[in-house]
Amino acid sequence: MTAVPRTPDAGLEAQIGQWRGYVQRHRAISPADVDELEGHLRDQVADLEHTGLSGDEAFLVAVKRMGSLDQVSREFAREHSERLWKQLVLTAELPEAADTRSRRELVVVLALAVAAAVAIKAPALAGYDLDDDASWYARNFGLLVLPFLAGYFAWKRRLGWARSLRLLAPPFLLGALVANVYPYAEDGSTEVLVAIHLPILLWFVVGLAYVGGDWGSHPRRMDFIRFTGEWAVYYTLLALGGAVLVGLTLAGFEAIGLEISSFIAEWVLPCGAVGAVLVAAWLVEAKQSVVENIAPVLTRVFTPLTTLMLLAYLVALLATGNVVEVDRDLLILVDLILVLVLGLLLYAISARDPLARPDLFDQLQLLLVLSALMVDVLMLVAMLIRITEFGASPNKTVALGLNLILLANLAWSARLSVGFLRQRLPFSALERWQTTYLPVYAAWAAVVVLVFPPAFSYT
Amino acid sequence: MRIDKDLVAASATPLVLGILVDGESYGYAILKKVNELSAGEMRWTDGMLYPLLHRLERLGYIQASWRVAASGRRRKHYAITQAGLELLADRRRQWAVVTDALKRVWTEAAAAMPPARAMVAEPSR
Repeated sequence: MTAVPRTPDAGLEAQIGQWRGYVQRHRAISPADVDELEGHLRDQVADLEHTGLSGDEAFLVAVKRMGSLDQVSREFAREHSERLWKQLVLTAELPEAADTRSRRELVVVLALAVAAAVAIKAPALAGYDLDDDASWYARNFGLLVLPFLAGYFAWKRRLGWARSLRLLAPPFLLGALVANVYPYAEDGSTEVLVAIHLPILLWFVVGLAYVGGDWGSHPRRMDFIRFTGEWAVYYTLLALGGAVLVGLTLAGFEAIGLEISSFIAEWVLPCGAVGAVLVAAWLVEAKQSVVENIAPVLTRVFTPLTTLMLLAYLVALLATGNVVEVDRDLLILVDLILVLVLGLLLYAISARDPLARPDLFDQLQLLLVLSALMVDVLMLVAMLIRITEFGASPNKTVALGLNLILLANLAWSARLSVGFLRQRLPFSALERWQTTYLPVYAAWAAVVVLVFPPAFSYT
Repeated sequence: MRIDKDLVAASATPLVLGILVDGESYGYAILKKVNELSAGEMRWTDGMLYPLLHRLERLGYIQASWRVAASGRRRKHYAITQAGLELLADRRRQWAVVTDALKRVWTEAAAAMPPARAMVAEPSR
């Protein structure tokens, strides 16, 4: 094609400008993509004008050949699901239909939140008290709240009654059995382990509903990872706001001589805490684009800080030579640090534009993973020494298992990161690795919940 | 003649990668080349090419970079990568098997029956 200097054609320019504005309204098509499409349109118009068509005619033909913008945009949405992951529904709904549905959704969410609040207070009728039966509540907390969240997603993804029950009821029933039928020893550590791991396992069951039963799909799994991250941010914001409000209310009533702290502790706090689980999920779903900007910012702030912290810790660990002496609490603490590192990694991966070139931040992230790996290897050595010396206890075995799982994930992530930084691997390889690994966590939580109590005779 | 949608979709990836083997190119030029190669018989919806290019980029088969054309406009150019060359070689082997099998079917079918008559005799469903 020859580069003829185009005569400025005001009419054509105006038409192209209009077309551009129209394309931009499709959220799945980014500005850079619009540039690319516009370039295509202009090339086509120029070629058609060469064959003797007028500017207007050439424009019409070129637009027609571009295809239906709705179809093209849907295709873009399929490829770039991260751009509108919150909308999930790729079919265009009529504005009015979407409106009534979103109003109905609010009603459904509020009803479910109230139901969850009733569920958390209902055992009180049977004589269970939040304080006196704290261990019962700890074991059953997830079971009282998360079925409602799973129900919300089953409704939202239109799973249907039969499919929802088949998919979601068995794991919840199994969880209820394990939490209440196993004869836990008083103050035993297996009971604590179940109380921690059962909600994690049930969260994956919620995930099953979130992905609409399509758990084999890697993009949907990535959406669930994003949802989990954003949900945590929203829940924290709601909790902070709630704490401020409760504090003010208490102070206000106290000022006029009314003591309401027991009412707050027995009713407002538990009901608010479980209701917020559903409201936070709804807020994430309702495509509030505020958080979309918060998650990447949080990652960018805390990735360098966590790296610094880990490196300082590593130096201190090596300098004091105390590696063998570390006690169990420290090992669990290190596990938590590694979970944080993994969380940062997942946040960063889920918020990243998969097409962007590797940059300084990706190198920093590799450094974060590498320093976490070094800490982990040191801890693993320490833990093996402890277990061989003093025998396996439930806590130590869980700490060890979690450590191995995180080690495998981080080591392979580091390898993939190096490949990506050297431009040998696409970013999607990293993404895919994390989504592939997701069931491992669920399986581990299931093992801890189902196998550990009997294996350690419920102590 | 209109080429069936599924056929166009199946052949799109090897066609694009094959065109990029000759050197990097941009969307409009790739479409023109497809048009030329098929003597105008394979018409793609132009807009659909770009999501395909972006997918191939995400999977690491091609690499994109923005260049400034002689006309002064920015253009996104695509170049094939090593992984893309490997994929293309693999697809090529697959297509060779398919076209061989089809060729054999056409010749056998042509020998077995005089064309139109046999088709009509088939009971309607």
